[in-house]
Amino acid sequence: MTFLAEHIAVLVVIVPLMAAPLCVVMRCGVASWGWATLVAVGNFFLSIVLIQHVMTNGTIVYDLGGWEGPWGIVYRVDEVGALVVLIISAIAAIVLPYAKESIEREIPKERHYLAYCMMLLCIAGLIGMAVTGDAFNLFVFLEVSSLATYVLIALGSDRRALTAALRYLILGTLGATFYVIGLGMLYMMTGSLNMTDLASLLPAVQNTGTVHVALAFIVVGFGLKLALFPLHVWLPNAYTFAPSAVTAFLAATATKVAVYALIRLIFTVFGDVDPLESYGVRPAVMVLAIAGMFAGSLIAIYQSNVKRLLAYSSVAQVGYMILGISIGNAPAMAGGIIHMFNHALMKGSLFMALGCVFYVIGSVKLEDMAGLGKRMPLTAAAIVGGGFSLIGVPLTVGFISKFYLVQGALTEGMWPVALLIMLSSLLAVIYVWRVVEVMYFRSPAIGCEERSEAPMSLLVPTYVLLGAAFWFGIDATFTGDIAMSAAQTLLGGSK
Amino acid sequence: MMMRRKMVLRVVSKLLIPFILLFALYVQWHGDFGPGGGFQAGVIFASAFVLYGLIFGLGTLRTALPSWLTRLVLAAGVLLYAGVGVASLMLGGNFLDYDVLAHNPLHGQHYGIILVEFGVGLTVFAGIITIFCAFAGRAAADVNPSEPEQAGDTGND
Amino acid sequence: MIEYAFPGLLNYWIVFLLMMIGLYIVIAHENLIKKIVGLNVFQVSVFVFYISMAKIKGGTAPILADGIEVYSNPLPHVLILTAIVVGVATTALGLALVVRIQESFGTIEDDEVREKEEQDK
Repeated sequence: MTFLAEHIAVLVVIVPLMAAPLCVVMRCGVASWGWATLVAVGNFFLSIVLIQHVMTNGTIVYDLGGWEGPWGIVYRVDEVGALVVLIISAIAAIVLPYAKESIEREIPKERHYLAYCMMLLCIAGLIGMAVTGDAFNLFVFLEVSSLATYVLIALGSDRRALTAALRYLILGTLGATFYVIGLGMLYMMTGSLNMTDLASLLPAVQNTGTVHVALAFIVVGFGLKLALFPLHVWLPNAYTFAPSAVTAFLAATATKVAVYALIRLIFTVFGDVDPLESYGVRPAVMVLAIAGMFAGSLIAIYQSNVKRLLAYSSVAQVGYMILGISIGNAPAMAGGIIHMFNHALMKGSLFMALGCVFYVIGSVKLEDMAGLGKRMPLTAAAIVGGGFSLIGVPLTVGFISKFYLVQGALTEGMWPVALLIMLSSLLAVIYVWRVVEVMYFRSPAIGCEERSEAPMSLLVPTYVLLGAAFWFGIDATFTGDIAMSAAQTLLGGSK
Repeated sequence: MMMRRKMVLRVVSKLLIPFILLFALYVQWHGDFGPGGGFQAGVIFASAFVLYGLIFGLGTLRTALPSWLTRLVLAAGVLLYAGVGVASLMLGGNFLDYDVLAHNPLHGQHYGIILVEFGVGLTVFAGIITIFCAFAGRAAADVNPSEPEQAGDTGND
Repeated sequence: MIEYAFPGLLNYWIVFLLMMIGLYIVIAHENLIKKIVGLNVFQVSVFVFYISMAKIKGGTAPILADGIEVYSNPLPHVLILTAIVVGVATTALGLALVVRIQESFGTIEDDEVREKEEQDK
């Protein structure tokens, strides 16, 4: 047990990382699915151990290879980090059992093993991004997860998946390279790559042009990865044409981890500098976040493909997270952090429900979903449940995050911002209602009225995630406490 | 085949390939305490095979290096790298802490870096070969249409 | 001569020139292969940025030897080795995707691909 407690920070990364090449050796779809699922579930338990350890003993600092920071690479897991690891591994443990049927339907047989291998690499990369305390190591894990993501998207059955993957590859690489440029400038000024060390060295040089430009490069780079409006152009197509299970996994994790990385860079690395305030960029970030909330929702309203509709809604939801960061007091910050968790639950369950729809009727176009309430009652109900969360109806997770955000905005006296949050929720009502209306109040096309539900192996994971989305909406003490204490630590700088 | 007649290319490449391989091995095994290392060595080693494939054709290359072998080597390299880390975990050190691998830290560092670099070398070698064959195989009437792209070789460096 | 115009900063001018050339190619060219070439130029500019940053005037290669006091900073070299590996993987993956786009769309010109995508709807 002490072994586990001592090395838990590195185990959550290397378990999926080492499991991935074994999938390549197996080269058999079913075997590598079983293996990947086993690893994902095991890793989920490891991440529970991790979060418990962090909650009782405080931040873990792990020296890789026994080299202490700032010289060696350290892993540094605090409460939010552990929460993000928990999100990733929980979503993975739910999506992988779901993936078998879904992937068998959507991907040619000889590529199944590749999909699971890439899924494991993606998990390892994302978790690595969450636990690392070294700024360059962050880039390496970012690229490990991104490369796996490009392959996963390209596995989609539609030929447009290829172009979506290539466009994401180009923009994603630009984003990652921007980050490396920014990091190079920071290294030039401070001579360090360790996040905590950077934080202590940066204030001395904070008023140089180099550091300003570095911050700009870093923010734009991660803005590309997390699909901050107007850098979101890669996201809708990537989510629309990726295989259903992949979309569910990516929509629930990838952008959130990028948001978390950005939070750490702004509030830990630049913590004592307080760049939002001292460089006067707070209004700009806030405007972009709010523009994203509205643009994403408005475009979502006019979509005829439900997957694409939800993808645009993701752009809007990222806006909420960034808004929480830009308001910059504890409740709003907590709202942003809690929304990473909550959005993972609701978007994950929605995309999984859509995967069920695609499995049965072979399409996720709005007009093909007519009368779905009668044909696939359980799936349709899941979509409605997830939709409620997107709107932010009380007793759902969406309400909790918006509650914190509005509270944060009102504490700062920014009542127009609070009003805009409410208004954008109304837009969510419109696009969710469009789907509900088609599903329940329009009769199915002639010849496909018969009831045919998706198999249990798809429905059960969907409902597990949806259940979590309601559970943490009713009882938000666990997530709320972590987010609140994390927000206070982050805003207190790295002192 | 045109290449059958290119006598000079065939003879020169046959003369060159052993030396390329030897140089790759030199870079590999002297990469612990001197300049060199697994990545460079892997690429040089692979370049010998790429040269062979270019001159004698992809089919001949695939006879020498069947795709199951490159796939196995690809995975083995990553596993060797991570395995060294796990071994040091088991021996009571941190992940990739080479000090505990031998009776004293100096030898431990030595063994650790050699094994890790060998893992990197294996994976990079197999990765380059896989990339080369995947692209070259496309032109020649799709011998193996589903050859995977290599994202794996970033995983260990 | 040029050294006088930008004292001590020539490497950064070159880096940013390369960077802008790469970015321009990525944005302006319709051919997908050219886009990937542009991406490579862009990445290489960053490699040059790190490597030139590590150079110290009069310093030798960072190998321990007697009588050597000043040597270049080896850390950026290692970082860039990693970045090069990432770049190779990205390029290979990008090119593989272009090959598959050519196979399924019959073209690698971005505007023509877009046109065909419109027809798929």
